[in-house]
Amino acid sequence: MSRVAVCGGTHGNELSGIYLVRERLKRREDGIEPVSVVTLMSNPRAVQLCVRYVETDLNRCFTRAALSAPVSEHSPYEMIRSQELNALLGPKGSAQAVDLLCDLHNTTANTGLCLITHSDRDWICLHICKHLQREMASTPVRYVHFDIPLDEAYSLDSVGKHGFAMEVGPQPHGVVRSVIFSAMQEGVQLMLDWICQFNSGTLFEGGSVDVFTMVKNIDYPRDPRTHMITAAVHPDLQDRDFCLLHPGDPMFLSFSGETLRYKGKEALYPFFINEAAYYEKGVALSLARKRRVEIPSVRSDTRR
Amino acid sequence: MASAFLPALGRLAVCGGTHGNELSGVYLVQEMERQRKEKGDDAWPIPVTTVLSNPRAVKECRRYIDTDMNRCFNRATLSSPTTDSSQYEVHRAQELNNQLGLKGSADAIDMICDLHNTTSNMGLTLIHYTTSDWVNLHICKYLQTKITKVPVRVLVLDVPISDAYSLESVSKHGFSIEVGPQPHGVVRADIYFIMKEAVDMTIDWIHKFNSGTVFEGGDMEAFKFIKSIDYPRNPETLTLTAAIHPQLQDRDFCLLKRGDPLFLSFSGETVKYEEEEPLHPFFINECAYYEKGIAFHLAKKLTLTIPTVQVQKH
Repeated sequence: MSRVAVCGGTHGNELSGIYLVRERLKRREDGIEPVSVVTLMSNPRAVQLCVRYVETDLNRCFTRAALSAPVSEHSPYEMIRSQELNALLGPKGSAQAVDLLCDLHNTTANTGLCLITHSDRDWICLHICKHLQREMASTPVRYVHFDIPLDEAYSLDSVGKHGFAMEVGPQPHGVVRSVIFSAMQEGVQLMLDWICQFNSGTLFEGGSVDVFTMVKNIDYPRDPRTHMITAAVHPDLQDRDFCLLHPGDPMFLSFSGETLRYKGKEALYPFFINEAAYYEKGVALSLARKRRVEIPSVRSDTRR
Repeated sequence: MASAFLPALGRLAVCGGTHGNELSGVYLVQEMERQRKEKGDDAWPIPVTTVLSNPRAVKECRRYIDTDMNRCFNRATLSSPTTDSSQYEVHRAQELNNQLGLKGSADAIDMICDLHNTTSNMGLTLIHYTTSDWVNLHICKYLQTKITKVPVRVLVLDVPISDAYSLESVSKHGFSIEVGPQPHGVVRADIYFIMKEAVDMTIDWIHKFNSGTVFEGGDMEAFKFIKSIDYPRNPETLTLTAAIHPQLQDRDFCLLKRGDPLFLSFSGETVKYEEEEPLHPFFINECAYYEKGIAFHLAKKLTLTIPTVQVQKH
C-alpha cells in the first residue's frame, strides 16, 4: 500500500482529530518511504466555526449520486467540498484512489475506539483492527460494520480503496480530552506501523475478529405534536455501548420518571448511545448483531 | 444563636435554556410546564413561573444566536436602546427584565433559579453573587443535606449586584443551578434528575420557610472565585497547543498545589502550576469557555457563618 490519507475535522467540532491533524502537519509527518501519508483537514470552514457542519453533514456527501451531482457556487458548501475531496483522494471506486483512508471522529457516546466501515470482508481493515486490539492496552477496540453497497456508502472513508472511520469516545463536541486525543494518536500510529510492516513483507497470521453489524436505529420517544423528546436514555443503558441489550431491558427514562423498555424480540448490541449529533437525525442509539469473522493470513505481494 | 427574621418569599421563577444547548434545564422546564397543564397551579406548594429563557437558541440547539445571553443582564445592557437590528439576546434580556424584574426594584420577582449544564465534572454547584444572602445560603445548606448522590458545592462570585451580568441577578435572591458533566446538546438521565431534585428541594425549602420552619444557622464551606487560567495557545493562530492534563481532568474543586500538572501538550510536554498559593480549580475543560480564553477558574475555599433564619410574621 503506497498512499494513505489521514483526515480530521470532517465534523468541525470533533476536536481530537482536528488537533491530531494540526500536530501531524506541524511535524510534517509525511510517513516513511515507501508509504506516503497525506494529512488533511476535511471541513475547514466548519472547523473554523467549531460546528459539526456549515450547511449539510459532510460525512453524508460521498454516495455516488452526491459525488456526481452537478454543483455550482450556490450549492451547499459541503457538497462542493465532498467533490473536492473525491478529486484529491479518489476518485471513489477508481485505481487512482488512495489505498487507505482513515477518517478521524469523536462521539459523545462511550464507544472506546471503533473502526467503522461498510465492508465486513476487507482483510486489510480487519487485520488493522486486530493489530490495534492486540497493542492498545487501555482502550477497547471494536469493528463496526454498516452493510451498505459501495455506491450507497455515504461517508468519506468510502473514497479510499480501503477505509474506515476511526471513532473515539466519549468526548463532548467542542472539547478535547487528553486521554481521548492520546488514544486516537496511538491508534493512528499503530495503523501506520502495521502498513509499514505489511509493505515490507511481514506475514500477518489469520484468526478471528468480532464484527458488530448495524441492524437498526431506535429514536427517542417524542411528543407527536412538538416532536420534542419526552425521555432520556435510561441510566442502566447510558454509557453501556456494546453491552448486550435483552428484550425487556430498560431503554429510556421519561422526564416524569417512567421507564420504557426495549420491545424488540432479539437481544442486540447497542452503540452510539446518546450521541449529540444524532438527536436531529432521530437516533437515540443503534443496535448491532455480533458475529465472529474468520480472516486469512495476509502478506503484501512484494513482486512488482 | 440569634435568629434573622426575613420576609416570606412570594414567587419563584425556574428558567431553563438560557444557553440553548444545555439540555437538562430545557427538558426540566418542559416537564414542569407539562405538570402545570396536568395539575394547574397546585402542581407546586408555592407560586412558580417557568421560563424558557432563549427560545431561538433552544430551537437551534446552540448556546446563543448572536451573543451570550447570560452576559446581558448588567445595568448598561439592560438599559441600552435597541432597534430591530440589535442582537437577539439583548432584546430578549430586556424582555426578561420586564417580565421578572425590573432588576433592582421592589417589583422584581423574589427568586430566580437559572438552570445550567457544564461539560466539567462539577456535580451540583450553586452559584451566587454574594456571600451575605442568607436565604440563598440556607437553600444551599438544605440541598447539601438532602442530595447525596453527587457533591453539592457553593460558589460565590462576590460581584456587586449592579455589575452582575447573569439572569438570576434580575431577582431579589437569585442563584444558578449548574450540573455536570454533560456534553452540550445531550441530555443524560442522571444529570437531569439531579437538577430536578435540586429544583424540587428549593421549592420544598421555600414552602417550609414560608410556613414558619426555623432553619438553624452555622458554618458552611463555600468557594470564592479568584481568577481564570487560559490554555497554552499558538501565538499566531491562537489555537490550543495543549489539553487539560489527565491528572487534572475531571478533578474540579480538588486542591491544586505548586508543581501539579495543568496541561499536556499535543506533542507530549507537561505544563505545571507554578504559583505559590494552593487554589481550587473548577469549570475544568468547559466547552463554552474555549472561545472566552478560559481553561479553568481558580477559587479559594472559605467558611461562611450564617444565622438561624425564620419567616417574619407579617
